[in-house]
Parts: sequence; C-alpha cells; structure tokens
Amino acid sequence: MYIGRVQVAGPEKLTETHVIANYEIAPGILMLSFPREFDFIPGQSVWLTVDAAVPPRLYSIASGSGDPRVEILYDLVPGGLLTPRLAGLRQGQTLLVSSAFGPFRDEEGPSCWVAAGTGIAPFASMVRSGQSREKTLIHGSRTIAGLLHRRLFADVLGEQYTACCTREMAAGVFHGRPTEWLTLQRLPLASRYLLCGGSRMVVDCRDIIIAKGVPFENVIGEIYF
Amino acid sequence: MKENLFGMTIAQLGKVAEAEGIPAYGARQISDWLYSKNTGAFTAMSNLPRTVRESLATRYTIGREPPVKATASADGTRKYLFGAEKGGFVEAAWIPDARRSTLCLSVQVGCKMGCLFCMTGKQGFQGQLSAGEILNQYQSLPERNAVTNIVYMGMGEPLDNLANVLDSLEIFCADYGFGLSPTRITVSTVGLVPAMRTFLERTRCHLAVSLHTPFEEERRRLMPVENVYPLKEVLAELRRSAVHGQRRVSFEYILFDRLNDTPRHARELSRILNGIRCRVNLIAFHPIPGTPLAPSPREAMVQFEAHLREHGIMTTIRHSRGQDISAACGMLSTRELVRMKEEGDR
Repeated sequence: MYIGRVQVAGPEKLTETHVIANYEIAPGILMLSFPREFDFIPGQSVWLTVDAAVPPRLYSIASGSGDPRVEILYDLVPGGLLTPRLAGLRQGQTLLVSSAFGPFRDEEGPSCWVAAGTGIAPFASMVRSGQSREKTLIHGSRTIAGLLHRRLFADVLGEQYTACCTREMAAGVFHGRPTEWLTLQRLPLASRYLLCGGSRMVVDCRDIIIAKGVPFENVIGEIYF
Repeated sequence: MKENLFGMTIAQLGKVAEAEGIPAYGARQISDWLYSKNTGAFTAMSNLPRTVRESLATRYTIGREPPVKATASADGTRKYLFGAEKGGFVEAAWIPDARRSTLCLSVQVGCKMGCLFCMTGKQGFQGQLSAGEILNQYQSLPERNAVTNIVYMGMGEPLDNLANVLDSLEIFCADYGFGLSPTRITVSTVGLVPAMRTFLERTRCHLAVSLHTPFEEERRRLMPVENVYPLKEVLAELRRSAVHGQRRVSFEYILFDRLNDTPRHARELSRILNGIRCRVNLIAFHPIPGTPLAPSPREAMVQFEAHLREHGIMTTIRHSRGQDISAACGMLSTRELVRMKEEGDR
C-alpha cells in the first residue's frame, strides 16, 4: 500500500472477492457490497482495494452481521487513488478485502451514538444487527440526501434518532451540526458515547460531551484517518 | 504557481537539472547552494550559467520563509510560529540545555489523530507540510547553528506524512544536504504500523512511540488510533524489526494523575516492553484548555520511574520546558488562529 507516494507494507492478508452491487446512494456517496465470507462484530472494519497496485483503505462495515452480503459506504474523492477506481467497479468484478477487525463496538445498555457522513456505517451495522434498545443516534450531514439510512434509523430508533443537517432544512431535522445539537442538550452522564467520522467532528463532539460532565472514559471515538 | 526547490532531494534536483539542460552535476551544485551555503537568491548561484539562473527563477522559488512570530521562555526555550503554504500555522521549539540544543519541529498543520491530551488535534487536520516546509523550520531558525538534535515531535503525526518526512530526513542526513547524523534525529509516532515498518527500513533515525498506557481499553480512550493499530501490533512490529545498532527506540509516556501512573500500570508496562531494547521517557502533562486530565504529582512520577528501573527499563523523567510560553504543541498556533479569526470577525 502507499501512504502519499511512498509504498509501505499493507495489511497482512487480502482475499479476492467479487462485487455484488456498487451504486451512488447520495450525491458523491456510494454503497458497495460483496459476499460475506467472514463473521464480524457490528462496528468492525475491513481493508479494501481494487488490486494489489492500489493502496487499500479502511472502511467500516454498514451491513448487519447476519446479512449475506457485506456493505460499505464511501465518498468518491475526485483525483483520489482508490475511490475513483472503486466507483468504476461493476457487478462481478474483483476486489480485494481483508477480514473484519477492530474493537469499535457497543455493548448492551444505554449508549449515545454520534456520526456524520459515511461515519454512520458502524451504527447502521449495529441497528441492522438488532442493537437498538437504549440507543440514541445523533446523525449529521450537510444535505438531507446525505443522511444515509435515515428511514431505517427513524423506523427503528423513533424519537431516539436525531437527524442534523447544515445546508438544507426539512421537517423533523435539526438545522445545524451534531456539535450544536449536543451543546443544547442535557446529556446522560452514565451513558457510553460512541463517535464516528472525521477527526474534527469527533474531537469537537468529544470536547462538548466531556465539558458537560461525562467521564472521558465513557467516550470512544473512531476517526476516519 | 512556482515550485519550491528547497526541500528537493538530489534525485528531484537531478530532474530539475535535466529539464534545464545542464549536466547531472548541476543537481549537486544547486543542492550545495540550497543546503550548505544557505542561499536565498538564484542570482547568488554563481557557478550556474546566467541563463540557467534566470530560467530557474522563472519556474521555481527558493522556498525559505522566516518565522512570523517568536516567544521566549524564562528557561531559555524559544518557540517559533511559521506560516504554512496552504494556510494556517505550525510551531517549532528550540530547547537548549546544558549538554545539547534540540529543535522540535512540526510536520502537519493540525492533526488527524485526535489524541485526548493534545491541543493540536483540536485544530483538526488542515494539511501536510512539504519536505521544504519541514526543513525550513531548521534552516530559518535563528539558533540553527547551535542545534545538536532534531525531534519530529511538534504538530502532526510524522508517519501520516511519510513521503515528505522521508525526503526531509534524507536531506537532513545526506552529504549533499545538511550532513547530520541520523542518531541525532528522532521521529515520533502514535504507531501507524505499515508506515513505521517503512520508516525503520529506509532510515537509521531513532523512533519514539507515543504509548501513554499499557492497557488497550484505556489507550482507545486516550488515542483513537488504538482502534486501527493496537499497541500490541506496534510492539510486535518493533520485535519483528529487530531494532539494533545505534538506532534507539523510546516510548513516550505522559503521566496523568491516577489514570496511568499507578503501580499496576508500571507493572504492565514493564511486562509488555520485555524483550524490546528501549527506553521510556516519562513526561509531565502540560494541561490544555478543557482537558479532563491532570498532571501526575512529582512523587508519583518518581515512583513510576523507580519501578521501571527496577525492572531493567532505562527510564528518564523529562523536564518540563517552556510552560510560560504555551510550549505544549499546538497551543501557540491555536491561539494565533483564534486571534486571526477574532480580527476577521471584527
């Protein structure tokens, strides 16, 4: 794999699989799926690439642990090394995937999940795997269309689901960022807080949650490096 | 936009020379002006034909910038703020003591790693520094001639900017560059395993790993990178790489009051470092605004050090430097960003 223009060793083992589906689910955001040939715990990730010459990147799994296919969400980065190639894959074409790994997972009991953009993937996986009791989700996006799986979350989590959108307004959607929503709330101090997304969002949300009195031990961030 | 020559390796300068139609040794002549003679103008490159100097000036800049701000601590530490090409600021600190004078430099504007105890992470990630911008913190430092050691421990994660960091290390150490010994340079990392492997293969510089707790669950809360590259994989890689010769591996351990400074932590740290030739640097925490963490009392630091030493681990307590000038990395540049934003808001 490469970091910048330097070739470095990648994950130890990538296995060939094939594309089941690959399509745009919101402007600039695609969903890719392939057969599930391994078990995983909701919240885990895989390394994925198109061939050995292109550096693999890490993607959180968005599908349920019992689903026959594994789904991942990705932003198309124009000029990027991997995602334009990923976006060009058609059904049946080959891709390389690692097994699932990573400790970002939830347990039973009250949790508050905060995600933005494709950072919603691990929480989609958790909900699709049956984890919804005592779970609250704060979901951010610039656009309404970018609130991926919004209907699923609204159906399963009901009032425990808050969608936040910065650029568009819609009924039932908070107009602003998750950070702004969090700032306005009284937060349960004993809950776990799981945050997933870009570094700025995770760091800002973590600071707000801790400033409201939640012990930092209760806050776990998964940053998309 | 003109490209910077400063920060180019000899191979990259060779391509410049080729494009200018001058012999291959022209690359060495240019590097001599850039790195040995510290030249700030193309007109001074007197052993290059005039037409080449003029041509270079139309396509390239030398690419050296002085610091935009300097602050001095009562303890002699000086901190410099440099503007970054793509916007924002980075910090370099010059830390003299009785035996050495160390330059601590930055590699990124902001940082993606989001460590709980770090001020730089609160800026978010704003961009990579080029090799030239990294080297400029040395070349444009007023105390440059006094520098004996360089540490890549300022803003940003060095191994997340691997290509530019490797280029800068090559230039620091090469005969055509600054000719420094690699054993005078230490690169710090949170433990990006694949990049760390490449760094160990391609350089002879020292490595410092930010460890901060031996327990995985605790480390996840302090350092989100633990989710991707767990400490056990970092240590396994160091064992595999069989670090030897003059290269030194050290572990950075910031001590937080009653969080990671207990005998239980010292015992576990001794256990997991068993078999790795290393040293541990214990660091007093410089509190940052809004942090839930507190520095360990001196007594706890001394006890922690004693425990590790009893278990055969070379351990030192680092002295805090420059606390009166916001020496914790990221503090000065964050203040400057806030100041600029406030001025813009007026």
